[in-house]
Amino acid sequence: MADSAHKIHARQVKAWFADKQILQGVDMAIPKNQVTAIIGPSGCGKSTFIRCINRMHELVDVARFEGEILLDEQDVYGSDVDPVLLRRRVGMVFQKPNPFPTMSIRDNVLAGLKMTGRLKKSEADAIVERSLGKAALWGEVKDRLKEPGGGLSGGQQQRLCIARSLAVDPEVLLMDEPCSALDPIATARIEDLLSDLRQNYTIVIVTHNMQQATRVSDKTAFFLHGELIEFGETDSLFTHPADSRTEDYITGKFG
Amino acid sequence: MLDATASALRTVGTESEPAPRAAGGGEKLIETLLLLCAVLSIITTIGVLAVLLFETVSFFTKVSFSQFFADAKWTPLFANKHFGIWPLVSGTLLTSVIAISVALPLGLMAAIYLSEFAGPRTRAFVKPTLELLAGVPTIVYGYFALVFLTPILQAFMPQVEAFNALSPGLIMGIMIMPMISSLSEDALHAVPNELREGAYGLGASKLSTIFRVVVPAAKSGVVAAVTLAVSRAIGETMIVTIAGGAQPNFTFDPRGAVETMTAFIISVSKGDTPTGTIEYQTIFAVGSMLFLMTFTMNFITQRLLRSSRGKGL
Repeated sequence: MADSAHKIHARQVKAWFADKQILQGVDMAIPKNQVTAIIGPSGCGKSTFIRCINRMHELVDVARFEGEILLDEQDVYGSDVDPVLLRRRVGMVFQKPNPFPTMSIRDNVLAGLKMTGRLKKSEADAIVERSLGKAALWGEVKDRLKEPGGGLSGGQQQRLCIARSLAVDPEVLLMDEPCSALDPIATARIEDLLSDLRQNYTIVIVTHNMQQATRVSDKTAFFLHGELIEFGETDSLFTHPADSRTEDYITGKFG
Repeated sequence: MLDATASALRTVGTESEPAPRAAGGGEKLIETLLLLCAVLSIITTIGVLAVLLFETVSFFTKVSFSQFFADAKWTPLFANKHFGIWPLVSGTLLTSVIAISVALPLGLMAAIYLSEFAGPRTRAFVKPTLELLAGVPTIVYGYFALVFLTPILQAFMPQVEAFNALSPGLIMGIMIMPMISSLSEDALHAVPNELREGAYGLGASKLSTIFRVVVPAAKSGVVAAVTLAVSRAIGETMIVTIAGGAQPNFTFDPRGAVETMTAFIISVSKGDTPTGTIEYQTIFAVGSMLFLMTFTMNFITQRLLRSSRGKGL
């Protein structure tokens, strides 16, 4: 059933926090090496959906999940899947930049490899330079790699977090409103970055900002009340929405 | 969403600030009262220091520094007087080191369990129970060490004397452990969840997340907890007086009897030593030494914390 054009297949994904059902059964096929944006009003389940993909959802005590999510052909909720190993393949960048405060810029980049015991000392320098380079941060920090990551500006911190995720060499990068805490210039830099990254990674970005979705994504999904209302090419979804609820949302009638 | 709430709260705060202050004497009175409370504690501290210093200076006019620091015998109450402080210092250090080597690993592990593993119900039960340990009167701990733990230790190690450093040291460790676990747990709990998620998102296991990210981020709180606990151990009196013996031996063998600085002070001040004599003044000299030790330790810790904070903490 899985095809090579799609990296992730979600089938009848349902999620709960305690008794509150957040996702009502989402079916969605996420294309490989493209940027997929998920938009929708607050509380529509878009963040919960991507947190189901790398099994971060289940870290909350009262969280529950039903359904099937295939990464390539493997069910990520299969009994043979270790969520810790899964998260090395499916990286995540969070809403608020969260560099590790006790680590230097360099150690932040290497943190994932160090924590999973996969760092070869001889490769460390190359990995640091390559990852920071991909995150468009190398030029700004190459002379102060030993300084704490918390000393960078918000936008730089977020790019450091992207570099940190890339260093563990994931296949998918989930981004949960990565620019919501950033100013417009820092936001623009991250958006530029996404168009470069999509050549090698499958990117899913949750965003509040519809302009951002039109700028960065190939496909866009519109979530409302835990359901996937519409999913299609970004250009056509924003110019000719098929569903009236999508139209109401993108024209600003609610949300 | 939390950010929004926080900024909303902040707005409320700034709006209420320029509101005119309640005028009149009532507020002034309360302000003065509060100031007096703060001043009172400062005055007390200065008073304690002044008495310590005064008696200590008077002690050192009769006993030279070299008699105090370059002698390994402490017999100020005997006819043949020696004033070497080191036996008391070694007794204090020995029991404190034993205590902290019990309390630090146990306390930290308990804190990690409570903060990172225990469910809310377990935490609600275990944490106050642990804190109860700190509320047991030290005299009870002292007799517990003397009549319960020491015989057990002797059963395993026949060389252990009836009075020894090991037994009160271990019991002191149990006593200060809740201090470390409780304060460290607060520090671990305060580490923002985003950091844990960041580590999980990189494919880190729970254990490496805890030891590489959470504990380092809580370091300043843990260090503060340990400092407090060490000060408590150094200053602890009853347990070591009862179970440690009263023999100022310059030794680091935990099996034998020792006398700590606090135990010496107690033994002199509860006796009938007349004020103004050299025997009486020794307790102030020892007290000053004790104060110097805890003060130095707090100072070093403060410096450590400041430098680690400078590195992004």
